[in-house]
Amino acid sequence: MAEPAASVLDVRDLKTVFRTRGGEIHAVNDVSFHLKPGELLGVVGESGSGKSVTMMSLLRLLPSPPADIRGGKALLNGRDLLAMSDEELRSVRGAKVGFVFQDPMTSLNPVFTLGNQIMEPLMKHMRMSRSEAETRAVELLDLVGISDARNRLYQYPHQFSGGMRQRVMIAIALACDPDVLIADEPTTALDVTIQAQILELVKELRRKLGMAIIWITHDLGVIAGIADRVMVMYGGQVVEHAPVRELFANPQHPYTRALLQTIPRITGPRTTRLRVIEGQPPILTGPLTACPFRARCEHRFDTCDAVNPSRRAIDGQPVGQGHDVACHWVAPARQEPAHA
Amino acid sequence: MLDAAPTPLVQVQDLKMHFPIYTGLFRRHTGDVKAVDGVSFDITAGQTLGLVGESGCGKSTVGRAMLRLYEPTAGRVVIDGDDVATLTAEALRKKRPTMQMVFQDPQASLNPRMTLAEIVSEPLEEHTNWTRDQKLERVYELMDQVGLNRRFVNRFPHEFSGGQRQRIGIARALALKPRFIVCDEPIAALDVSIQAQVVNLLEDLQEKLGLTYLFISHDLSMVRHLAQRVAVMYLGRIAELSPSKDLYARPLHPYAEALLSAVNEPDPELAARRNRIILKGDVPSPANPPKGCNFCTRCPKVMDICRTVKPDLLEVEPGRLVACHLYTAAGSTGASEANERNQQGEDQ
Repeated sequence: MAEPAASVLDVRDLKTVFRTRGGEIHAVNDVSFHLKPGELLGVVGESGSGKSVTMMSLLRLLPSPPADIRGGKALLNGRDLLAMSDEELRSVRGAKVGFVFQDPMTSLNPVFTLGNQIMEPLMKHMRMSRSEAETRAVELLDLVGISDARNRLYQYPHQFSGGMRQRVMIAIALACDPDVLIADEPTTALDVTIQAQILELVKELRRKLGMAIIWITHDLGVIAGIADRVMVMYGGQVVEHAPVRELFANPQHPYTRALLQTIPRITGPRTTRLRVIEGQPPILTGPLTACPFRARCEHRFDTCDAVNPSRRAIDGQPVGQGHDVACHWVAPARQEPAHA
Repeated sequence: MLDAAPTPLVQVQDLKMHFPIYTGLFRRHTGDVKAVDGVSFDITAGQTLGLVGESGCGKSTVGRAMLRLYEPTAGRVVIDGDDVATLTAEALRKKRPTMQMVFQDPQASLNPRMTLAEIVSEPLEEHTNWTRDQKLERVYELMDQVGLNRRFVNRFPHEFSGGQRQRIGIARALALKPRFIVCDEPIAALDVSIQAQVVNLLEDLQEKLGLTYLFISHDLSMVRHLAQRVAVMYLGRIAELSPSKDLYARPLHPYAEALLSAVNEPDPELAARRNRIILKGDVPSPANPPKGCNFCTRCPKVMDICRTVKPDLLEVEPGRLVACHLYTAAGSTGASEANERNQQGEDQ
């Protein structure tokens, strides 16, 4: 039922390397994923796992040098983003693909009014006149729940709170009706009650507009609430991929399993001792020749030191469609509820 | 916390920390940012009090004012028998070894030009007249305690990872064998897999050394794990102060309830079922707080009295202090509504 042709975005074997004085850092190692229309893909990983670099590479947002995209394809509606000219790419950024960054304080320009910043993509990409763009900007601010939109257009970013600024960022990203919205830790800098507001907003916008979303975060709690599918990254590669319920109910990779156990819960029995993942994340100074998680893994055996595991499906579906994991160790089967 | 309990190690009474606002040509004093506006609590020796709230609610300011990193505007802070808020400079200096702090950002709180040994032994430099060897011996001992390899003793902060840097910060805080430590968001800057390491370390140290913690955090699930009692702050005041298990099972203050419902549980089944309370709007400015209850502008259960009278923090159930008119006779319909709420809470 899942034909790859139906994907809005299809990324294959993406590889990004940073050239530094201390040698090469292999930040993204053969990452493949796809995104269907209207779907929300969660990308989870800790800092340095390559989740942001992957998404920035797609739109070639990383300064080069030091960044160097070594290989792979990123097909947006069939056209390869990585093979486009700068000119073509400019017509994609902000128009076909919207980007919301983590920190709403630094991603808005403090010396321009909000109106200016929302209208800019509209006038550039959609070739709207000033007054058309203004009307649309008011609509957008209404859409993201900012009251008194017409007057707000003439205000500057410092006159808005953090949550409001993130709403504005979302409005800008949505301005040109993108096919794909990439949100890089959009709620991390916000307080929980404001975070809850933004999450509700995104759910509502998805219902209304139906665009596909990639949501990058380190917070498994956020992912649990909004994602359809989840991709767990570690050491610059995808270590596990599954539909959201399947991932939380039946995690396969030792990293995912441990991660779920290190977080204390707010309901249920109180934890007496937190489970710890010993050690540090790997430093990716060369191509991976062994499993990047092996030094911290409790199930490590000989093969882990010799071969970097590739993704294997565990539910019979092709890799990338259902549940797959990049690990040599086979998790003990759990008591399967009979397949419905 | 109850009558039978021993005298608390730390007692804070009506602590206020106002920062003056000066405006105009003559820098006239035109107002105050009431960052902390009458906060009272106590902490039993060997226990952890969690202090939670959103950014700007004054939780870090409480921690800093308690250790007199700020000069408190009013109030008493009794730590181990002495009122820290009024000690003279010299007496305060003598008192400092018993109370220490672990800061949020291990990157910013360690001097990049000092080695680990220099950082950790600086308090010893200041407060003891030990020889070099004695100090180094103590540094090694501390490094063992916090799980840092002794070989790293001459390294600089940039050579360590975030989790290791936080261990250095903890070792420095422990150098003078304090009894009370303010942990100001010690894990906020760390990755999830590293957070657990640091939290477990803090717990081990507490058990081994009998430390008393004030654990300031916005991470409500981590506070649940760590603290015996939790104070929820909103706009410079405590909204609710309850034993941890009661608060998380059934929050009484509407703000505590909303805050807990906003926490994301890593469980898709639960997330789909749960009814969240989404608060409208933003936190008002502490320079110009609402006239009545500080939460009245966003409270889903607001009543008329809330807009005019500030509620006091009162014991409404054994061991549970709440500042809300819903629970006092003054709120005319309060009692019945409160009962309703409680029943709802138990149903869930």
